[in-house]
Amino acid sequence: MQRIGVFVCHCGTNIAATVDVKAVAEALKYEPGVVVSTEYQYMCSEAGQELIKNAIKENALTGVVVCSCSPRMHEATFRKTVAAAGLNPYMLEIANIREQVSWIHKNIEEATEKAIILGRAAIAKVHLNAPLTAGESPVVKRALVIGGGIAGIQTALDIAEAGFEVDIVEKNPTIGGKMTQLDKTFPTLDCAACILTPKMVDCAQNDKIKIYSYSEVSEVKGFVGNFDVTIKRKARYVDENKCTGCGLCTEKCPQKKVPNEFNLGLDNRRAIYIPFAQAVPKIATIDADYCTMLKSGKCGVCSKVCTAGAIDYKQEDSFVNEKYGAIVVATGFNPIKLDKYDEFAYSQSADVITSLELERLMNAAGPNGGTLLRPSDKKHPHRIAFIQCVGSRCDDGKGKSYCSKICCMYTAKHAMLIREKYPDTEVYVFYIDVRTPGKNFDEFYRRAVEEYGVNYIKGMVGKVLPEPDGTLTVRASDLLNGTQLNLSCDLVVLAAAIEPDKSARPLATMLTASMDTNDFFTEAHPKLRPVESPTAGIFLSGACQGPKDIPETVSQASACAAKVIGLLAKNTLKGNPCVAHSDELLCNGCSSCEKVCPYGAISYSDKEFRINGKMVTRRVASVNPAVCQGCGACTVACPSGAMDLNGFSNSQIMAEVDAICKW
Amino acid sequence: MDLKEQVLIMSGVDVRKCMACGKCSGACPSYNEMEYHPHQFVSMVKKGNIEPLMKSESVYKCLTCYACIERCPRGVEPAKLIEAIRLLAVRPQGSNHIKADDIPSLLDPELPQQAIVTAFRKYSK
Repeated sequence: MQRIGVFVCHCGTNIAATVDVKAVAEALKYEPGVVVSTEYQYMCSEAGQELIKNAIKENALTGVVVCSCSPRMHEATFRKTVAAAGLNPYMLEIANIREQVSWIHKNIEEATEKAIILGRAAIAKVHLNAPLTAGESPVVKRALVIGGGIAGIQTALDIAEAGFEVDIVEKNPTIGGKMTQLDKTFPTLDCAACILTPKMVDCAQNDKIKIYSYSEVSEVKGFVGNFDVTIKRKARYVDENKCTGCGLCTEKCPQKKVPNEFNLGLDNRRAIYIPFAQAVPKIATIDADYCTMLKSGKCGVCSKVCTAGAIDYKQEDSFVNEKYGAIVVATGFNPIKLDKYDEFAYSQSADVITSLELERLMNAAGPNGGTLLRPSDKKHPHRIAFIQCVGSRCDDGKGKSYCSKICCMYTAKHAMLIREKYPDTEVYVFYIDVRTPGKNFDEFYRRAVEEYGVNYIKGMVGKVLPEPDGTLTVRASDLLNGTQLNLSCDLVVLAAAIEPDKSARPLATMLTASMDTNDFFTEAHPKLRPVESPTAGIFLSGACQGPKDIPETVSQASACAAKVIGLLAKNTLKGNPCVAHSDELLCNGCSSCEKVCPYGAISYSDKEFRINGKMVTRRVASVNPAVCQGCGACTVACPSGAMDLNGFSNSQIMAEVDAICKW
Repeated sequence: MDLKEQVLIMSGVDVRKCMACGKCSGACPSYNEMEYHPHQFVSMVKKGNIEPLMKSESVYKCLTCYACIERCPRGVEPAKLIEAIRLLAVRPQGSNHIKADDIPSLLDPELPQQAIVTAFRKYSK
């Protein structure tokens, strides 16, 4: 018989305002095996933990039940507490009377009754608890960063700085991400390339960092400290070791009509290309969709002009296997497609552009060499309208419900830069709210209004009408003046909402990392663990976790690196002892468990058993405890009851259910 | 039941979803004809200020083109509010303005089906 102590927490008024905690402690006192039952204001506080420790020692307790918040919040805390008093940490059970009781019920009587029932269930479980010991596994001292934008670059640089090996996998031919496409950055207006390209070069030159460009993660196996990753290196038809990046092939390639994705299709590139002059690595890539040689076998110009002999039309996708201790997700964002917002005439007029397209139009390395010209007729626009929140803050099924966060600031930047460079140009910004939280952000926006004379109009644009004379009529309500405006403009710029990169969802499945409904990765705790995924060993950097500007992305990237370094600095990791095991005598070899195991932790082998005095060979399941994550899927799938989960055994769960159903 | 509640039930609109962006009024082709504009209908209903809306010509100037409903980023449906307020103004004046039995004599082969449906919606209970 266990000797059980019950400790009921008030959580200030969080629990005590809805649950009669004294009554709960009193009721649970008479449960079988309970030798002490008490309550305290904050059980997680030092005084509260001392109370538990003393009770364990004074009453020679063998099991502990804490009635408090969710085990996700403080199970680890109380496990440490009981371990400090000499108990096995797995002799603790938590009855969640906050999230499952006080926060969701209003009636004190009912809530108290439910709290008592949940306490009884936990007590019933503790009776069947057995001490568990966590195994240890070694940590591979190498990190993988998926995505080579500013987030991935900063995380990789910081991890390398601490002396650990780190690999960057980037799906594009160059690292750098979205920031390479930006012209200037708010609020200080430094040139994006000037601050980013040195970091890209640092990555390339750092001997701790290896860049897999034009590559994708194709398979992830293993667990924290010991991930086994397959990286697909897409065929670029150029030998990376031979190409010198001279660019001659990109000048001679006869296929000139390939939309240049770096300039968002505003101009064309060749079929063999280097995305931009500062690309890292500076290696040419052949676009197989457009290359005449690859499609019809007739051309070969690039091969002829290449003095390094780097062109290899027969190159195929190759695969690299590597082991990592930690994986950082830095997959970034994209502007949404605007096909559902036809009222802004984006698909009807070349002069309705997105903000990212404007960045390219204004960039010295852009299609117009930095002169702002209308895409349609290459003339200077004299009146420009910016439309905010296109697809952001939408609850209409077409856009995103969230605020994209960066648009208010970059629009102020665009408006300011245009007014500075072209003072004869009138600039209008149509806004719903101007949101500028951030250091020197509101001052920046006010400067756009007060010093640069940008016209901010509160009111959303209802329609953009392309006129026969090539102008665009912007129809909007001016809410502060109570009028409807019909403004004739030359250029309309849409602040399109941003969304996570499309590669994030399949990657999350591979990593078993959770996502929200918008496909942003979920953090382990929204406030206290913002750079970790709930899946151990998976870390989050940059806009894959939520919309972020550059300063915030870089801060988060460094924070993420600190967490990775903390993990890689350990030689071994304690595993989770709550893993599955198979009773080989009950196992009938049906493979049901193997099929449902998401971690590949179950394998089958033939074993000899002595049955009725005869040796019999039977096919039975066994679980690799280092790989098992304790999800319990196998225990449900097993038809013969051979699979069981340590700490959550079938008999423990049934005892809990019995305890609840008794009342 | 007060007027606001009646309007909300008749229209099925949740005015609290409005974030005051003004896109409805930015899209409205009848804007200059109207004393109260689509976004004002939403904010005035929210405040329970229904009577001035019922008395205003604005309820008859709405073309029911549904541009505001189509464009609203929050799914508020201002035109349905206007419709409900108009019904509130029209109904107490007694009787249906169109009856099902009258339809055959009014039928014109050129008349689109939709016009009949719209007329029913506008002029009968």
